Amino acid sequence: MISVFILLLGAATPILFAALGELVAERAGVLNLGVEGMMVGGALAGFAAAHATGSPALGFAVAALAGAALSMLFAMMTQYLLSNQVATGLALTLFGLGLTAMFGKPYEGVKAPAMMAGPLGLNWMIWLGLAMVPVVWWFLVRTRPGLILRAVGENHDAAHGLGYPVRAMRIAALAFGGAMAGMGGAYISIATVLQWTEGMTAGAGWIALAIVVFAQWNPWGVLAGAWLFGGVTVLQLRLQAAGVAVPVQFLAMAPYLATILVLVLISARQKFGRSGGGAAPGSLGRPFHALR
Amino acid sequence: MFRLEPRASAPLGWQIATPILAVLATMFVGGLLFAAMGFDPVAAIRTIFWDPLFGPAAGYSRPQLLVKAGPLILIACGLALGFRAGIWNIGAEGQYIIGAICGAAVALAAYPAEAFWIFPAMILAGALGGWAWGMIPALLRNWFGASEILVSLMLVYVAQKIAAWMAFGPMKNPEGFNFPGSRNLQQYPAAANPELIANSGLHWGGIAAIVALAATWFIMSRHVLGFQVRTAGAAPRAARFAGVRPERLVALCLGVSGALAGLAGLFEVAGPAGQITESFGSGYGFTAIIVAFLGRLHPLGILLAGLLMALTYIGGELAQMMLNLPAATVQVFQGMLLFFLLGFDLLTRYRIRRRT
Repeated sequence: MISVFILLLGAATPILFAALGELVAERAGVLNLGVEGMMVGGALAGFAAAHATGSPALGFAVAALAGAALSMLFAMMTQYLLSNQVATGLALTLFGLGLTAMFGKPYEGVKAPAMMAGPLGLNWMIWLGLAMVPVVWWFLVRTRPGLILRAVGENHDAAHGLGYPVRAMRIAALAFGGAMAGMGGAYISIATVLQWTEGMTAGAGWIALAIVVFAQWNPWGVLAGAWLFGGVTVLQLRLQAAGVAVPVQFLAMAPYLATILVLVLISARQKFGRSGGGAAPGSLGRPFHALR
Repeated sequence: MFRLEPRASAPLGWQIATPILAVLATMFVGGLLFAAMGFDPVAAIRTIFWDPLFGPAAGYSRPQLLVKAGPLILIACGLALGFRAGIWNIGAEGQYIIGAICGAAVALAAYPAEAFWIFPAMILAGALGGWAWGMIPALLRNWFGASEILVSLMLVYVAQKIAAWMAFGPMKNPEGFNFPGSRNLQQYPAAANPELIANSGLHWGGIAAIVALAATWFIMSRHVLGFQVRTAGAAPRAARFAGVRPERLVALCLGVSGALAGLAGLFEVAGPAGQITESFGSGYGFTAIIVAFLGRLHPLGILLAGLLMALTYIGGELAQMMLNLPAATVQVFQGMLLFFLLGFDLLTRYRIRRRT
């Protein structure tokens, strides 16, 4: 039972990282659909660094930098060139997948160094992921910069009018989101699959985006969503291993179908429920252009 | 420094110039990338953009242009309709796969009958399959408010798994020595989608793409539907007052783009691909998104953008053979192109003024 829970925590970790990062970006009012691209970028960069140095910790650090660097591309496009956020995020995903496919070839078939073990049979990245949940919550709800970040996300014109740096706040939030997505991606290559394969994130970035909606932009909700996803993943892998009389492909669909299901349930609750829960930040996805 | 001043309307000159600028910038930065990787940038760019059309092996590669452009244009036409209205179907890849599976199912059920109705029935099944797959995100958005972006994308992965299941299970060729993959429809005359004019690369999918272009032009600029689509995209509230029913528009845009993607899949499985395999989806559904944007969501633009994207596919393969360039070069190019395009788009929407 405990071993199953450990597996669940491991399966949830990449999504937890990526979704927490995206949550902060979305609370600042930017919708970055490039999570998948930043994750796969982190997966390759982290794997390459870990392989070269033999240190997974260094791998995760490099992955965070790679993810943040990719997010800066998105930030430049959407914050300075005022491009459409949906299309730009999509471009980032396509670009990240292409770039990693191009530079990843030498790393195919190479093994990852051993992961650093942590207390209670969980590696340090799982602990870091869990620790980030209260940290993000505390930052957003209990600190002044967090308050400004949320103000920028709810109404960027009002925040600008009060003299808050809308653009700088958003760029910082995007960098954080990119670093988190990069580390989440690296967790897949360094700690889960233990090797690099092209397009290995397999939609985890998109699932993370859905988890943010499911969580109604609340960090604790992200934790619940990531665990739910981890549970479904572990369950379907267990059923595959047990050889149940269902085609493997149907079991492999489970995480994606579960994502659609939770998305529908939470959207329905927002649409028909007695409001409650968080709504999307007011300025989410809208470009900000200060006229003065 | 500089400041941006919003334009009241986008000047036609910039609308035409920005995609061209984006292509040139992509070539330039791509060349730098090749140089950094130790390849001759001029040779690489020439191999990708020039040689497929006018190089020594052009006789073989030129027909491939229509083979690759057909599905891209067909899918992009549908997507453009939705993008104009602010409805984001990014799961065309899934609708493409399901359309192919449904069309192939008709053919495999009829095998080995030879009858005139088989191919038309496949076309119908392909379109219906893609339509149905596109209607899932449409209905979930209309009924529950679920994001069509995320749902349509999740359904791509589901469709890929269904294709794998089909290739290993129900559709596996009984005479295929237990290899995964369906019967090859190219070898089944009643279901095949052959080249219509020898060495042109034109098959029924190309014809369908031309019809789709004409229909898109008519709808967008001559029909009230196009007006509704454009209004809904530019000013949703105004559209509501003008009597546009958003639910209807969502269902229509996702349904139509799904059906067109399904058709593209059907023509591919009955023609160039020949069979349903585990990896049937080849990314056309995603590249078509770039085609739609590069073509500025306009039929004429989509035609040119589709041909250009097809060229990069063929040129990429050629560069892989001749210069040993990595296979993913094309993907990088396409991603970069979309970036530059979205960036340069600033020039159509804003005027850059020196700050005084």
